[in-house]
This record gives sequence, C-alpha cells and structure tokens, in this order.
Amino acid sequence: MTDEFVPPRKRTGWRRLLGYNLLTALILAVVGYYVGWIAGHHVTGKSVAYFSDIDQNDISVFLAYILAVIGFLLGLGFGAYPFARVRGYPPSLREKESEGIGRYFSLCTDHKVVGIQYLFGIGVFFFIGGVNAMLIRFELLRPSMQAFPAGQYLTLVGLHGTMMMGIMSSAILGPFANYVVPLMIGARRMAFPRIESLTFWILMAAGTVLATTVFFGGFPTGWTGYQPLNDQANAGMDSYIVFFALVGISMTLLGLNMIATIVTMRAPGLTWSRLPIFCWGVLSTAILNLLAAPVLVAVLGMAMLDRTAQTSFFLPSAGGSPYLYENLFWVFGHPEVYILALPGMGIVLELLPVFARKPLWGYRLAVSGLLGVTLLSWLVWQHHLFVSGINSDLRPFYMLSTELISIPTGFTFLCGLMTLWRGQIRYTVPLLFCLAWFFNFLIGGLSGVFLSDVPSDTTTHGSFFSMAHFHYTIMGGLVFAFFAAIYFWVPKMFGLQLNERLGKIHFWTMFISFNSTFAPLFVIGFLDQPRRAVTYAPSLQFLNDWVSISAFVLGASMLVFVGNLVYSLLFVRLPAPANPWDSRSLEWQLPSPVPVHNFDRIPVIAGDPYDYGSAAPPVAVVPAGGVS
Amino acid sequence: MAASATTHGGSGGQNYGRLFVILWIGISVVATPLTTIVLGRNIPPGNGSTEATSQVLDNQVLLAVSTPIAVFVLLFLGFALTVFRARGPELVDGPPVRGDSRIQILWLVVTTTTVLFLAAFGTFELFDAAGAGAGQGPSPAFLPDKHASALDVQVIAQQWEFTYRYPGSGGVETPHLVLPAHTLIRLHVTSLDVVHSFWAYELGVKADANPGTDNVVYVTTNGPRSFHIRCAELCGLWHGYMFDTGRVVPAAQFASWTTAQQATFKPVQQYLPPYATTYLPDPQRRAG
Repeated sequence: MTDEFVPPRKRTGWRRLLGYNLLTALILAVVGYYVGWIAGHHVTGKSVAYFSDIDQNDISVFLAYILAVIGFLLGLGFGAYPFARVRGYPPSLREKESEGIGRYFSLCTDHKVVGIQYLFGIGVFFFIGGVNAMLIRFELLRPSMQAFPAGQYLTLVGLHGTMMMGIMSSAILGPFANYVVPLMIGARRMAFPRIESLTFWILMAAGTVLATTVFFGGFPTGWTGYQPLNDQANAGMDSYIVFFALVGISMTLLGLNMIATIVTMRAPGLTWSRLPIFCWGVLSTAILNLLAAPVLVAVLGMAMLDRTAQTSFFLPSAGGSPYLYENLFWVFGHPEVYILALPGMGIVLELLPVFARKPLWGYRLAVSGLLGVTLLSWLVWQHHLFVSGINSDLRPFYMLSTELISIPTGFTFLCGLMTLWRGQIRYTVPLLFCLAWFFNFLIGGLSGVFLSDVPSDTTTHGSFFSMAHFHYTIMGGLVFAFFAAIYFWVPKMFGLQLNERLGKIHFWTMFISFNSTFAPLFVIGFLDQPRRAVTYAPSLQFLNDWVSISAFVLGASMLVFVGNLVYSLLFVRLPAPANPWDSRSLEWQLPSPVPVHNFDRIPVIAGDPYDYGSAAPPVAVVPAGGVS
Repeated sequence: MAASATTHGGSGGQNYGRLFVILWIGISVVATPLTTIVLGRNIPPGNGSTEATSQVLDNQVLLAVSTPIAVFVLLFLGFALTVFRARGPELVDGPPVRGDSRIQILWLVVTTTTVLFLAAFGTFELFDAAGAGAGQGPSPAFLPDKHASALDVQVIAQQWEFTYRYPGSGGVETPHLVLPAHTLIRLHVTSLDVVHSFWAYELGVKADANPGTDNVVYVTTNGPRSFHIRCAELCGLWHGYMFDTGRVVPAAQFASWTTAQQATFKPVQQYLPPYATTYLPDPQRRAG
C-alpha cells in the first residue's frame, strides 16, 4: 500500500487542539445544532420565535439533531477520507498509526482500539440505563405515585427501555466481535476499518441524543414508540426517533462489516467447519443486523415525516394505520431480540470448551441452531400482536413458528450441556457466568413458551410477566454473557488480570439478586399488574418492595464490577500471561496486549480451535512460509 | 499449555448417563404433578368466564410440559457443578468427544414432538374457546356456537378512561361495565385516540383498542362477581390510572340496571353520535 494520502500533520502545543479530534467534533456539533435550529424556524416561518419555544417545532428539532450529528462526525474526520479519494489520492489506513491515549478519543481504524472504545462507550450508556431502572424501582416502592410525576415516570421507563434495547444491541458485536473476530480468523483488520469506527461514533452520538430528550420534556411511549401516541407526543419524541434511527444505521453498518470480514478475510485453512462458534454467532447476528435494522430506520423515517411534513402513514384520522407501525416495528423488533440473544449463545458455546477441557460437542448442530434461529426469527413478529385484532386467523401460524424457534434454541442447549458432560470443569469467573446463562435462559425460554401460546398470552400479554420474561432472556442471557466475555477477554485486551475474588463476589451477588428481582415479577404479572403503570394494586406492595430492594442489590453488584475494573486495571496492574486460560483458540496464541498489526505473518490454520484432549500440538496453527 | 491427553472415567461415563436418566425421570415424576396440580390450580386468571377457565387449563398443560425440561437442565447443571468438577491443580483434558448422532437425533425428535404438540394444543384451545378471550379484530376467525345471539357490548377507550355502550339498550353510553351472568357476550373494543388495551382480568379478556378498528372478543360469563379492568397498553400520561372495576350480575338485575342507565343518561344521549362499530377520532390532539 502506498501512502500518498495526506498524513496527519504533527502539531505541538496548543495547536494539537486543531484538526480532527473530539474537541473539533463537539464544536462542530454545537454549530450544526444551532444552524439546524435556526433553519428549522425559517422553514416553519416567522410565526415561531427563535429559541423561545422548545416544545412544538419538530422540524427545527430534527434539523438541529441531524446537523449536529453530521457536524460531530465531520469534526472527527469521517469526511477526510472520502474527500481525499474524490481528489484522487490512493487508499490508505494512516489513522491506524496514531498512538497514545488520544486514539481512544478519535477516529481510529485499529479494530482493537475500536473494541475498547465500544466497551467503555457502551458501559457508560449501560450505566445510565441501569440508573433509570433503579429510579423506576424506587418509584414502585409504593403503590401510588410518590417520587416522580407521571410524565417523568414514563420518560424514565422509556429511557431505560430505549437505551438498553438500542445501545445494548451492540453490546457484544461492538466490543468483542470487533476486537476478537479478526484475531480469531487470522486477519490484520476488519474489512471496512473506517466504517467500523463510524459505527462506534454514530452510537455515541445516538446515546447523547437520547439523553437530551429530558430537555424537551421526555417522551411517553416506552421503547416501542407506538403510534398514534408517538405523533401526539411533545418534541422529546424527536430525540427517540433520531436516536433509534442512528442506532439502526450503526447496527446495519456493523452487521455489514462483520459479514464482509468473516466471509472474505479468513486466514488460509480456516474453512467454514473450523470457524470458531463465536464467529458463527457473530455472523448470524450480523445477518439479522443487516436485514432488520434498515426496517427500523425506515419506519422511524415515516414517523418523522408524520411529525413534521404532515404525512399520515400511521394516523387513522387521516387514513393511516397504527397497525402499519406495529407491523413494521416488530418486523425489526423481533429479529432485534435475537440480535440480543444470539451473540450470548455464541459466547457461551465458545467459552465452555475452554473450561470443560473438551471439544465443542456437536459443532454442526450448534451452527445449525444459530442459523435456524436466524431464519425463524423472521417468521414470528406478529406474536407481539396476538391481542391487537390484526390477522386473527393467522395466529395459529405465529404460535407454531414461535414455538418452532425453541428447536434450534434447544440445539445450543444440548451442545453446551453435552460439552460439560464428563468434562474437567474449572470454575473460573467466566464459566460461572456461562452456567448462569443456562439457568437464566432456561427460565426465559420456558416463560417464552407461555407467551407464545395465545390462550396463555391473553392474560400475560402486556403484564409484568412478559417484562420478567424478556429480562430473563436479555439481562439473564445477553448481559451475563457480556460479563463472561469481559472476564474472559480483558486479560487479552489490556494484558492485565482482573481480580478473581472480586469477580466471584460480583458474580454471586449479581446472580442471586438478578433472580430475586425478576422471578417475583412473573407472579406480579400473573396477578394483573400491567407494564409501565406508575400505580399498582396495594395488595402487591410486598412483592413490589421485594423486587425493588433486590433491584438495588443488583445495582450494587454492578458497582462491585466497576470497583474490580478500577482496582485491577488502574491500581494493581498485574500483568496477565499471554494465555491464562490455556485456550487453543487463535487469539490466545498472540502476545498480550496484541501488537498493532496482529500477525507478522498471516497464519495458516491446520485444525479447529477446540482440539482439547487430543495429543496434537496445542496450537492448531503453523506459521506460514510464503504468505505475508 | 500443560495439556495432556488424559481421558477420565471411560466406563464411568456410561454409569453417569444411566444415573442421570434415572434421576431425571424420578424427579420429573414427582415434580410434574406437584407443579401442575398444586401450583397449576391456583394459576390466574381463575374461573370468571369459560375463556378464563380454558386459559388456566392451557397454563397447566404448559407447566406440565415445562417441568421435565427445567428438571433436565437443572440436573445437568447440578452434575456439572459436582461430578465433573476438575480436581487438583494440574490441567487435565476431558475426553475428546465431538458428538453423538444418536443423542442428536433423539433430541431433535423429542423437542420437535413437544413443540408440535404444544402448537397443536394451543390451536385447539383457540378454536375450542372461540379465541380464548383475545381480541380477534373486526371479522373474528374463531366463533362460538351461538354467536348470532350474543349480547353486544361496546368498549370505547380514550385517554384515560373506558366507557361502554349497550346497543341492545338504545345505545346508552355509561362509565360502568356491568354484564349479565352466564351469558355469551360480544365485546366490541375500539378507541377514540391512541392505542389502548382493554384487560378484564378475571374474565380472561384482553383486546387492544385501536382507533378506527372494531376489535371483537367473545366471552361467556360465569356467576356473579366483580372483576378488574385495566389498560394494558401504554397510552400516555395517565396510563397508570386507567383502571376500573366491572361487575357480573344476575340477568334480572342486569335488565333493571340498563333501564336505570337509560334514564340516567337520557339528557346526554342526544349529544352522542349514533351507535357504530367505530367512531371517527377527534382531530389529533396534543396531550402532555
């Protein structure tokens, strides 16, 4: 590769603040915001005074948000490369060469930097979403309204749900797939490194946009944003729409990048049947990302037009249909829940062989399970609309397709459990999180069968039962797998050990308080407490208080984790060996932390990563002779 | 990297397998009746209507099927925690077993059979209970036997209350829901503004209220009782306060009640639009 591309000029002193960096990005974002704001008021005419109303001028709010995000991305330097290419410079990846702590706050095309950026970026928004959950549970300590006015309570509910569903969609693909997949498949980078960085910065811009909804009075719809309530709501709704559309764009690009990388950049010898199961989990998630997220962007675009240009896609008073919104939203929304579940399955199946010291049992069955879920997740969305009155004669079909999904899900259970069978299991912190995944996902899955059955769903639909169900699958599935991945791969990412004792304290407090929080919610739901209501029957106060207090303990267990991270990574800084878990997977054969270009020579893969118990050399990789 | 090719418990594996199956069957035989009968009998929504009763039966069947599955996975995790725990500090590999096609096929057959049974049973219940209390839209697919003679009652949702119209009683609109006992009732659920969901808990009824849509539910009431009404779809600011109590009363009492309602609401009746399955919503309002 020739590097004719204008290299970043070395600046010294205060001049370092000039050029493409986070400061420029923030300044351009503010400029863009006010340009959009003023332009919006010009579009709507002089009848609306500048700056005076924050409530009603949706055109102005949308333009402000969109131009702010564009300014932010331009300030980070995402315009430089396309502009240079237009001017005739050849392709280059010089951004990767930047050094020091600053690269974590800029456009960096090193996939390892982006992975760590994602880990901390997502961590911040996960924390905000978690604090919202604590406030919700605080409000529900008493049956009547106490701490928050009704509108603020709905905003909390909406912020918690939207933040978690939006940001946590990338919780594993963002940090871990970006970091680990190129290492696992023997590549030096992702297929589209600049797009990789773009997905991260779009997600950060999106999270910030959503947080600013509080300045516009919040939004009342929860994470689903159902019409026509969506259209009725104040300008806080615009933040929700911009947020989710940005998340959709980020997810689409992330999925595209992952598919391209796994399909085209595998090292010689890494056939599909040798691909680590985590990569299969990432690939199936990426397919869903690529195909489902654009539907979300489209439906939110239509909602935006309804709110600004007076179209009426979803407004029954002008010939539109709320069912159209519900249909389109769940066409995205149901694959979305598997976008959250599949990477967790991939992580668990990837980690079990390492700690059971056995090959992955039934590799092909596990792969077909992941792909089967990917396929079937497209055929089930109307089970969210069983009582809505839409297509009542199609309900047996959606009941069948929904229950069919438990077959491929069962494959992953069988493969995981049989991998443990007769293993030499070492009870490390990552393995504990994987075992907890089975426990939680079992309960989540079985309660899902109740919800997939129309007669049973009639009572549980829209109640705390369904809320408990998806918290068991998403929090119990995704978030437990997320922590397993953190404890497993942080020694590789930072070259430092996490404290095991604190890790175990974190695990046990989190596991017990998680179940103590969400198991009673099944009962509460069966006893007719609807979701998202600020009041409930006084007879349910004991159970609700139990749940709230457990939720506070759950929140505190997260602080144990943060404490562990700070203590181990900032203070103790105990260097981790290159392969602390004695894994046979390719990423662990590299030094920790991994050098900038990963591999001096592209390796040739001679076996699969799960060759435990065989007499073959521990590393199923031979250095390449001629390939470089 | 001290991995050696030691395998462990070559013949013990067989014994563990047999022990696992015996324990699984044993625990399931005890646990399934316990969950199905002891827990299942108390499962909501109770017996306020035939639809509610059918939901309870459904929940019991699902519990009966779920219990052995849960026992299977939990027992497996128990084995993993106790029997297959690595002992000693040195790293020992487990046996390099990569799969067993007999187990895979058995698993596939068993899970598929279970799933198809559940789907078939759910579909049967949906037909048998005529929609099982769920909203079926303007042209219901699952009709009860005597649906032509059902009593029509309309549920009109708006932010943030339900009102009810009785087309059989001159289209009178009241803020109270009173239903006759032991009667097949056809509820027409609709909305004037945003999406709500009408949830009559003890009757096992849930139907979304969409503006411009007539969402029909059939429900056959049992004996007199009161029941909770809640909005089950987020509908804006005071969603949490959108609840009410309805009553099922003997038929004679119902007749006198409707007559009284007609008298009470006669002055406002003239301002109401004529009874219809849906009403044109107001022009979009901005509500805070």
